[in-house]
Amino acid sequence: MSLDYTAAEMMTVTAARALANGTTCFVGIGLPSEAANLARLTHAPEVVLIYESGTLQTKPNVLPLSIGDGELCETALTTVSVPEMFRYWLQGGHVDVGFLGTAQIDRYCNLNTTLIGDYREPKVRLPGGGGAPEIATNAGEVFITVKHSRRTFVEAVDFVTTVGFGRDGRARDGVPNIGRGPTRVITDLCVMKPDPETKELVVVSLHPGVTAEQVQEATGWEIRFAERLETTPEPGAEELNVLRELKARTARHHAGNETGAQA
Amino acid sequence: MAEFLSLHDAVARYVEDGATLAMEGFTHLIPFAAGHEIIRQGRRELTLIRMTPDLIFDQMIGAGCARRLIFSWGGNPGVGSLHRLRDAVEKGYPQPLEIFEHSHAAMACAFEAGAAGLPLAVLRGYVGSDLPKVNSQIKFIECPFTGERLAAVPAVRPDVGIVHAQKADRAGNVLVEGIIGVQKEVVLAARHSIVTVEEVVDELQAGPNACVIPGWAIDAIAVAEQGAYPSYAHGYYPRDNAFYKAWDEIARDREAFAAWLEEHVYHAGGAA
Repeated sequence: MSLDYTAAEMMTVTAARALANGTTCFVGIGLPSEAANLARLTHAPEVVLIYESGTLQTKPNVLPLSIGDGELCETALTTVSVPEMFRYWLQGGHVDVGFLGTAQIDRYCNLNTTLIGDYREPKVRLPGGGGAPEIATNAGEVFITVKHSRRTFVEAVDFVTTVGFGRDGRARDGVPNIGRGPTRVITDLCVMKPDPETKELVVVSLHPGVTAEQVQEATGWEIRFAERLETTPEPGAEELNVLRELKARTARHHAGNETGAQA
Repeated sequence: MAEFLSLHDAVARYVEDGATLAMEGFTHLIPFAAGHEIIRQGRRELTLIRMTPDLIFDQMIGAGCARRLIFSWGGNPGVGSLHRLRDAVEKGYPQPLEIFEHSHAAMACAFEAGAAGLPLAVLRGYVGSDLPKVNSQIKFIECPFTGERLAAVPAVRPDVGIVHAQKADRAGNVLVEGIIGVQKEVVLAARHSIVTVEEVVDELQAGPNACVIPGWAIDAIAVAEQGAYPSYAHGYYPRDNAFYKAWDEIARDREAFAAWLEEHVYHAGGAA
């Protein structure tokens, strides 16, 4: 019997399932953090989550609002300096998976979180790269999770903040000592993987009830579909319960912190 | 040897117009009290350096203190944009702001290189990114031993480094706990350093491997209770997430921001 769930829950559960037990994962804030913690609270209790604030092997009881919330430090095995985090733990090769979100993504998985428009005269200035440019190249592989829309899935990103496979799909060719790059993109409509040869994103799995037309409609280029297109397995009852409890706990916690805006 | 000064006097002595100024605290221990004091003293033409500009630089940029910004992630964490920063970059208000944009890894390495007294930091970074095309401070070098192409950025060696910490003892030794970011690196990289603290205690009670910055490596200590608010101080007070959310609306509007600045900075504390 089919359960009642939202497209956003479908995305989070699918993203969580991508993370195998025992993996060491460098976690981006927002959707990746939600998915990584769901994985930890369900099928992957031994997953090691690390955040760029230096919190190593952290087990937050509620989702952090910022990358440096006290909750991440209080529940971590240890907290190291930020240079140590990026130099020893990430660049040193101890991270299996980098889990990222984005504002724009193109067919070669290049990510833009810098701006819309021209760099010197931006239409919209976005926050910038943060940890992502080096997470994407120094982690063993990269998962990306983002809501599917034409605004996000664009023919060409306005700026390559963080490389997927470059404008031509060949940016990683011959570059020594870097990771494999993006290996899957999970949205609220489908799962995509780069073609092993061309590195162009291919839809490999549609979420239940989603059509290929819907995915094409929400994508800014002519998206390819795998010959044997699968249907993504539905979320299980336990996954949905754990996710909903986590989100409710998080909402209560952050509301409880609110002491008023009097700075 | 660290000298105990009022925050007013520490800022007046060390922060000059046109200075390069690093103010750190990675989401945690952000030196807001010091930032407000700099706004009150009307410092201008500063080159501001922070990995995450956060609300503190949004306020200083909006108040007209900054000419240049070196940073790596310029958002309001968990909320959205920094509107004063965007207004300066997109519209040149209250004055144009030149930006030098990095990744976190590069900035962390640049602070560390500054602390180590080196002219540059080397990292395996910026592969395939457009950032080197728009930031002249990002170059590539060849490893003389392996031939590997690596990124290089200049060390951060600011005129002044300011951080907040939980406590100092009476000799000016400082203990930093929780998310320690690049606090130690900023103090050691800077020509002059100011550390604001929640309190001064008789004994730091630090473990042997704790993050302690010796008083003889610091120029000035200033007590600033709640000095990191609305960010947080591990063991003292939590982050005021509601204020970070409320800031979105305040900073979105030039007049609302000016009114906030008048009430909460120009007419608040810091006189002595």
